[in-house]
Amino acid sequence: MKNSISTPNNIVRTAIRRSFPQILLTAVLIIMIIGLSVSSEFFFTWKNFRNILDQCSVYLLLSLGMTFVIASGGIDLSVGSIAGMSGVIMAVLMKAGMPVLPAVLLGILSGVLTGIINGALISYLKLFPFITTLATMTITRGIALVLTGGVSIYGFSQSFKWWGTGTIGPINPPIAISLLFTIIAAIIMSRTLWGKYSLAIGGNAEALRRSGVNVKGYRISIYAVSSLCAAIAGLIMTARLNSAAPLAGSGYEMDAIAAVVLGGGSLNGGSGAILGTFIACFTLSVLRNGLTMLAIPTYYQQLITGVIILLAIIIAEARNRREKESE
Amino acid sequence: MGEQLQPFLEVKELKKSFGHIEALKGASLQAKCGEVLAIVGDNGAGKSTLIKTLSGVLTPDSGSIIVDGKEYGHLTPKLAGDNGISTVYQDLSLVNTQTVWENIFLGHEYRNFGWLNKKKMRREAAELLNNLNISIHNHEEIVGNLSGGQRQAIAVARAIHHGGKMIILDEPTAAMGLRETAATQQLIKNLAVQGYGVIIISHNIQQVFELSDRICVMRQGQVLALVDTKSVTSDDIVSMIVSGTSLNGAIQ
Ligand SMILES: Nc1ncnc2c1ncn2[C@@H]1O[C@H](COP(=O)(O)OP(=O)(O)OP(=O)(O)O)[C@@H](O)[C@H]1O
Ligand SMILES: [Mg+2]
Repeated sequence: MKNSISTPNNIVRTAIRRSFPQILLTAVLIIMIIGLSVSSEFFFTWKNFRNILDQCSVYLLLSLGMTFVIASGGIDLSVGSIAGMSGVIMAVLMKAGMPVLPAVLLGILSGVLTGIINGALISYLKLFPFITTLATMTITRGIALVLTGGVSIYGFSQSFKWWGTGTIGPINPPIAISLLFTIIAAIIMSRTLWGKYSLAIGGNAEALRRSGVNVKGYRISIYAVSSLCAAIAGLIMTARLNSAAPLAGSGYEMDAIAAVVLGGGSLNGGSGAILGTFIACFTLSVLRNGLTMLAIPTYYQQLITGVIILLAIIIAEARNRREKESE
Repeated sequence: MGEQLQPFLEVKELKKSFGHIEALKGASLQAKCGEVLAIVGDNGAGKSTLIKTLSGVLTPDSGSIIVDGKEYGHLTPKLAGDNGISTVYQDLSLVNTQTVWENIFLGHEYRNFGWLNKKKMRREAAELLNNLNISIHNHEEIVGNLSGGQRQAIAVARAIHHGGKMIILDEPTAAMGLRETAATQQLIKNLAVQGYGVIIISHNIQQVFELSDRICVMRQGQVLALVDTKSVTSDDIVSMIVSGTSLNGAIQ
């Protein structure tokens, strides 16, 4: 066999080499879990595990959508605000007497529309994703503030609260939804044209266009999906707290971006892995959970989390560069 | 050649400007199936711009493109592909972050009930590259990690695989080694024998004479001459490229 080949051996070896960020992250996660289990007997219990997954769910949803956006070479700064705005719209509609289901659907629709607008501005007017989504982030936050008059809306029906606090067997709706979305996103990323083109757009959008692919349409749908995830995150946030706060979700976009990059995504576009994003989100939640458990004050938690994210990104980036130069 | 009355591809009076730069100033051209047409000309003569309008990547400001008897004001990449035109671009247009086989099938992925059929794409890519004698050890490697010549070979393989009727190659061997260049030239000859139309842009005059049936000389956005290769010498062509006149002064 002198020529060719995609032998199974090659496929596996290349996949492992390319999974370095995820492998590194998993190693960190395992070390953290061992360390925390030793220092607190409460840590390694199902109750705490469920707790971590529950805390993780909103970030995970935002990060899943963000994985596709970053894969396509873009960025979506508006997801936190969209989550907030969608929750507020649901709350306002329900307070005006609308039944839960249509109110929730309209809230989600408002989020998706924002995503479509993001995508259309980026595709057709060729605006930079950073600036475009920075603007829509401000606008959607403004809408949430206007609709609420700056004060939280609270007190919803039981059937709405179920989305945040109900139970489904051993887990709850936030965990169920976020895990289900993770599985769907992983399948989409690796098995469908849509996932492949998300990555290809980030790699070389012009090459894809020259191959006859409707790049503008795909790009719009990527931002729409990101905002769909954000709007569903908004549903969970609002239902869980039984309150729609005008500033809910502020800054969450940063956590989502950090998770995607930690999970192996590159802001240059062309890479991104759902499994990596999932492990990264989970790791960040374990970290927060552990810091709380060790009774580290909140202000320090923020500091420590930031430093750890930075270190991880430096290591991943260094490895990326070495890989590029050595081959 | 010659048996075919109607050219497969014809462009008339194509104009295209980028800002104040007039890249094409009314270029006209015909290409037939079963023949190799070489386009030559200095850097910036408008060769790549011309073929990009043929592949639908650029929209001309005016003029028309006739493919297989159908007249268009401009093409889109999809329309060109559907009409059987496939192109190797000067900048290759590969996705550097994706694997060899993913690039070969870019925009033409195999699917099975909507799901990507990776197995089939891997297998066919291996067969294709083997048949074309292109040696790359690992088809799982991302294209960005390959050499310039290997990347060029992949772009050529992709165009061949998408087949169609007309294959356009913009300086396909510029980065290739001797062995790969010879293989690609043989490939181009075979394509014409099999009835494909081939348009090749090249700065290598020896290659042009070895491969082509006709030569199109471009200069400053216009087609200066369209001649049978047999009727001219390489000195004629060089003179036309450089100074705009042939040695004996005859330009059709
Ligand atoms: N996208 C673009 N934007 C602006 N100017 C362009 C663009 N593409 C081409 N041009 C200009 O059009 C002219 C023709 O360029 P073109 O690429 O067609 O030349 P060429 O004959 O292919 O040259 P070469 O042999 O160097 O490849 C040049 O002056 C070039 O600067
Ligand atoms: Mg050129």
